[in-house]
Amino acid sequence: MSIELKNVTKKFGEVTAVNDVSFSVNEGELMALLGPSGGGKTTVLRMIAGLEMPTTGDVFIRGQRVNDLSVQERNIGFVFQNYALFKNMNAFKNIAFGLKIKKWKRPDVEARVMELLKLFDLQGLEKRYPHQLSGGQRQRVAIARALAPKPGVLLLDEPFGAVDAKIRQELREWLVTLHHELNVTTIFVTHDQEEAMEVSNRTVIFSRGNLEQIGTPREVYEQPANEFVARFIGVMNVLELHVRKGVARLNELEFPAHGLPDGERLRIGFRPYSVQISSDVKAYRYRAILRHTYFLGVMLRVELELPSGLLIRARMTKEEYAFQGLADGKDVSFQIRQYRVLAREGEKLAPEVAVTHDVPLTLGEGI
Amino acid sequence: MAGAPSTDTAIIRRRVSRSQSQRGTEEPPLIKWTLIVIALAFSLVFLLLPLVNVFAQAFAKGWQAYWNSLTEPDSWAAIRLTLIVAAIAVPLNVLFGVAAAWAIAKFEFRWKSLLTTLIDLPFSVSPVVAGLMFVLMFGLQGYFGKWLEAHEIKIIFAVPGIVLATVFVTFPFVARELIPVMQAAGSEQEQAALTLGASGWRTFWHVTLPSVKWGLIYGIILCNARAMGEFGAVSVVSGHIIRQTETMPLRVQALYEGGSAVSGAAAFAVASLLALLALITLAIKTFLEWKQARDYARAQQLAMPTPESDSDTAFLARQNLR
Repeated sequence: MSIELKNVTKKFGEVTAVNDVSFSVNEGELMALLGPSGGGKTTVLRMIAGLEMPTTGDVFIRGQRVNDLSVQERNIGFVFQNYALFKNMNAFKNIAFGLKIKKWKRPDVEARVMELLKLFDLQGLEKRYPHQLSGGQRQRVAIARALAPKPGVLLLDEPFGAVDAKIRQELREWLVTLHHELNVTTIFVTHDQEEAMEVSNRTVIFSRGNLEQIGTPREVYEQPANEFVARFIGVMNVLELHVRKGVARLNELEFPAHGLPDGERLRIGFRPYSVQISSDVKAYRYRAILRHTYFLGVMLRVELELPSGLLIRARMTKEEYAFQGLADGKDVSFQIRQYRVLAREGEKLAPEVAVTHDVPLTLGEGI
Repeated sequence: MAGAPSTDTAIIRRRVSRSQSQRGTEEPPLIKWTLIVIALAFSLVFLLLPLVNVFAQAFAKGWQAYWNSLTEPDSWAAIRLTLIVAAIAVPLNVLFGVAAAWAIAKFEFRWKSLLTTLIDLPFSVSPVVAGLMFVLMFGLQGYFGKWLEAHEIKIIFAVPGIVLATVFVTFPFVARELIPVMQAAGSEQEQAALTLGASGWRTFWHVTLPSVKWGLIYGIILCNARAMGEFGAVSVVSGHIIRQTETMPLRVQALYEGGSAVSGAAAFAVASLLALLALITLAIKTFLEWKQARDYARAQQLAMPTPESDSDTAFLARQNLR
């Protein structure tokens, strides 16, 4: 185990930025810390680096408790959001800085910097100052500088935040390749769920200082631990229903609620891809009008309006859309194949409780 | 001349564009030119003429007389004392200024606004009052007067008093120049140095200081100009003892009040040195302002997301080829 946080809490005055967070990162893993801004993810990263001290709790790096170790002693590489290159030093000196601190011999420093310049495709730019480099080049110099002294852990704060959207996608793939080649334990912070899903082996999701869930991209998408995660990762239809005689209702939609007392409220959620649509208005239980079609590439998102005015988002392939002969304004029928009962707002839900229920046939297609 | 036609067309083009570019918010030419003429005439009469006059008077009796009046023992002593006082006061204020600016720019603490206000105090206090404060503290009738006399330490009417008064008056220059520069630089570069293993001391010398160097030099030359030119505060604590506590500004006054034609010319000779110092300071200041503006623009550029460049695209293309 490379990094471990145990019951870490960080308070800035009265504000709790990180609240009782525990998780561990395996050796060689590429881990994302994901969450909306103000969620505490950057604070967690800075506590691992030693740039912030936890108010309570412990941080371990390779089994060693590092709470009392200074930033300098932790042997980490840190890449800042705006790179924080030394603007009075050229690219070579930026990358060599950490090596000189560690008292490497001059030929060794030169060899290491040259090696990194080559790895990061920066040859010929070593004499350039930060302001003479493009955004992507600055980022590479910053990562090279962090990696130069061969740190045990690489920490990146919003690594793609300051890069133009057009090359962000490609840089993500590059980071995965780089991590593959160097195999150094890497943790990066992002507020972009797509970025976290695409790049990381595992993702830790934060919201308002709390750790909401930790898991592989697939786990957090398919088995979100709570409503926050479900809504933050991907799109989800969320309905608030009222229970009467064992059935939870919202307008014309009905879901089983066996054993729940009358008057109880129930929140359920379902992904757009769980909505099955047919142009045959008698095919499924519910009827709706196809209000609008959004083109997303291979997939389409359609908006259904129920007779009561309730709006539902669904997702389907282009082929199926064409096969069904769908178009805006058409009458359709639909069913919800899978849904999930959500915990109440703020309530934590253990992952195993949030299993995906299959809607019983009697409800889905009958009546 | 080959270049003539193109110059002509350039002028024509400029005239055309000027008449076209007069926007609704612009004043009519008459008002614009009246204001420019008034401003120019004013600076000419009140700034440039007196300055030229100082040099004209100083050299009125020729180079030899100029040189003699500077090397005459009394004036020479004044020049030396001024240099000594500046050599003590400026480094002290650099030390203090850097420390204060660092504290204010990089830390949050309870008395921060009070400290910021205190730094500006010497600017708002009349120099004469500043001098009097030291007389009241260290003079014979002052709080520490008896004790100092008993231990045979002379501060007032001696060099230490002049240094103290000068330090007080020039207190804010370095700190005031550094605070905004340090605040703009932020602390990310320092943090980056720390994560690379650098000690605080090394970070200061290799990262912090270089990033504020123009602001620092700017503060130092302003501090130095004021230290050498200060009259009021120094006059109160000095006692005007020839060859002992007379600085250049005091010497200028003494010579001028001497009344004779010779001493009058000598006064202008010494004054010309101070004027020269002012001109040099102004030149360095202009240069540094240009440097700082350039650095600031670069820092702004570094903080912004940059569009992809051809080299980035090429880099990614090569990565895919590998």
